Amino acid sequence: MDLFSATNITKQYAAHKALDQVSIQVPEGSIFGLLGPNGAGKTTLIRIINQIITPDTGELMFLGRKLQPKDVETIGYLPEERGLYKKMKVGEQALYLAQLKGLSRPDAEKRLSHWFSKFEIMGWWNRKVEELSKGMQQKVQFIVTVIHQPRLLIFDEPFSGFDPINVNLLKEEILNLKETGSTIIFSTHNMASVEELCDHIALIDNARKILDGNVKAIRDRYATNTFEVQFNTVEKDLRAILPGSFEILESRTDEALQAVRVKLPREAKPNDLLSVMMPHVTIHSLNEIIPGMNDIFIKVVTDKEVST
Amino acid sequence: MRKILLIIQREYLTRVKKRSFIIMTILGPLLMAGIVIVPIYIATSTNEMKQVAVVDETGLFHEKFKDSETIRFHYLETDIHSAKENFGNSKDYALLYIPRTEVALPTNAIIYSGSQVNINVKSYIRNIMSKRIEDMKLEAQLRNLTKEEDSPVNVEDLLRSIRTSVDINTIKIGADGQEEKSYTEVSMVLAIFGAILIYFFIFMFGSQVMRGVIEEKTSRIVEVIVSSVKPFQLMMGKIVGVGLVGLTQFALWVVLTFIIITGVTSTLTGKSIPAESSRQLMEQTTGTFDAGQVINLPAEPTQEEGADEVFAAINSIDFPVMIGSFLFFFLFGYLMYAALFAAIGGAVDSEADTQQFMLPLTAPLILSIVLAQFIVQDPAGPVAFWLSLIPFTSPVVMMIRIPFGVPVYEVAISMALLLAGFLGTTWIASRIYHTGILMYGKKVTYRELWKWIRKR
Repeated sequence: MDLFSATNITKQYAAHKALDQVSIQVPEGSIFGLLGPNGAGKTTLIRIINQIITPDTGELMFLGRKLQPKDVETIGYLPEERGLYKKMKVGEQALYLAQLKGLSRPDAEKRLSHWFSKFEIMGWWNRKVEELSKGMQQKVQFIVTVIHQPRLLIFDEPFSGFDPINVNLLKEEILNLKETGSTIIFSTHNMASVEELCDHIALIDNARKILDGNVKAIRDRYATNTFEVQFNTVEKDLRAILPGSFEILESRTDEALQAVRVKLPREAKPNDLLSVMMPHVTIHSLNEIIPGMNDIFIKVVTDKEVST
Repeated sequence: MRKILLIIQREYLTRVKKRSFIIMTILGPLLMAGIVIVPIYIATSTNEMKQVAVVDETGLFHEKFKDSETIRFHYLETDIHSAKENFGNSKDYALLYIPRTEVALPTNAIIYSGSQVNINVKSYIRNIMSKRIEDMKLEAQLRNLTKEEDSPVNVEDLLRSIRTSVDINTIKIGADGQEEKSYTEVSMVLAIFGAILIYFFIFMFGSQVMRGVIEEKTSRIVEVIVSSVKPFQLMMGKIVGVGLVGLTQFALWVVLTFIIITGVTSTLTGKSIPAESSRQLMEQTTGTFDAGQVINLPAEPTQEEGADEVFAAINSIDFPVMIGSFLFFFLFGYLMYAALFAAIGGAVDSEADTQQFMLPLTAPLILSIVLAQFIVQDPAGPVAFWLSLIPFTSPVVMMIRIPFGVPVYEVAISMALLLAGFLGTTWIASRIYHTGILMYGKKVTYRELWKWIRKR
């Protein structure tokens, strides 16, 4: 079931269209990646989901019904432009932000002490935010995003500005949250993290959604029928053995083994490649080369630019 | 609603706890008390011999005014008209006139003087008059008592029945012989004081709102918060919270100022001021009083001389209108401007960028303060009239006009316009604010603001 869905969202600003008929479906319990180049409209969409701005047209569904103003208490949001009151004490500030999300004061205190001890920042409760290191501020920022145990979590460029240690911590926590039943939307252009974390993605470019679906399905769809074969080195030139329609993309030798990447014609199967090679070489392994999200991202975006 | 209260609470508490707030709260009353105390001190400390001419139509006070170290009395046998005519040519400091009364004992007197009457002179005269009248009352009572010997004597009732307060008006006689009730000066002070207070309040706390908005923008917390509450709630919460800080500071100033003034003047004049009257003075200025109390004040025995003239002036003013409209213009003037200050804060990235928007916003305020001198001279003139209707200038200008008396319907129209102005600017401001707080790194122009306002 979809925890959240947006249908035909359009948002027009005075000069330009920020979103044009964009629809996304976020399955419950999944991690949903919202991808796209800068200025594509990701942040606008995220702000619409958070009800910070309203779309011109389109429908937003949450938990099987229309999105309502009070749903902000079931949504957690870590914006791209984020920060804390510098002059305010850490604990006081966290309590304030937690209460704004609808928690009662005692409840907020209880949960905060849990998170603060988990992240080992309890000793900083009465310090001003400006006295904290950047990394510690980021931890506080993360805590106040998830403190009200939201059903839906939205991270806009969560990894930007975080140091590598906190990036790992954040990834871990995101996976933890998924385990405990939260659904997560995050926008990024860090493709490695997409492959690592996301189950589903939508790719937005120039206000339009140009690609969406299950990550694995997308990668399969963009597979180019390319295989890498490892075998014992031979004197023979492989080009002479393989049929002309088999295209050798890359060939390299690692010590005793030689590896070659071959792109097969559309109708050909990996079996065909093996049967051609087997009489001549000893096969060690065969792997399909599936394009990374990064390649797909670049391919889809540039293809579209070429076609328009 | 719970959330907007949370916001108000945070805005209020973080500011009230600041060191700058505490320092201002202490410095303000010292400054204001200084402004009040210095003239009193100067007035009481001059030891020059003053001659006072007395025209006593009742004849009750003949030879009762004893000369003191600084005051010498002499009695005129002429009637008041010729006394007044001759006053300009005499060397007399003041002319005391006690008009004839038909039935009751005289409790009224008028002091004519070329300048503001020294409060020592006034209190000296008052003391002698009330003592004389009390003596006469006591005499009469005692005569009654000796007639009805069997009735028990209640000393307290007796004392209360003879207690007398004397009402002394001071009238200034100009060099050209023109008479002027001297408490128009008090009205003028009241007018300028009220106007400056509103101007200062709007400026100081309006820009605090603006700085608060800029702080939220530059610290990048604003988007975190507007994912929990509506931007309008955040804006109004801040405006109300800062406004309450202002009211708190104002109330503390009033209380502390009067504590300082009463403390210092009582040591200066060597008299203790009854707690009762200083309490009323405080209450009336904080606006939580019952107007009747102040109007009744002269009937009660007040020994407080410094505030006496102010009381006289205050009595000449329509109090419910004065206090009510002061609070109204004070609050709505602030609310209207604060919304616009918040909009500016939302539109810019840093305080340095606010200049281009601050100038047109503050121009009407500055203009009305600059014109204050002129409006005080002609509080019912066309300039005063129109400026007191325009919402951007009315909070200050109306405060200047009110102590001189303004028809109630004019005040009502001005209030209605200010209310409309407040609703209008808040609506406009909330639109600019909403778009602005989510916009970074862009220098905003007026054209752009106009687009934001018109945006669906």
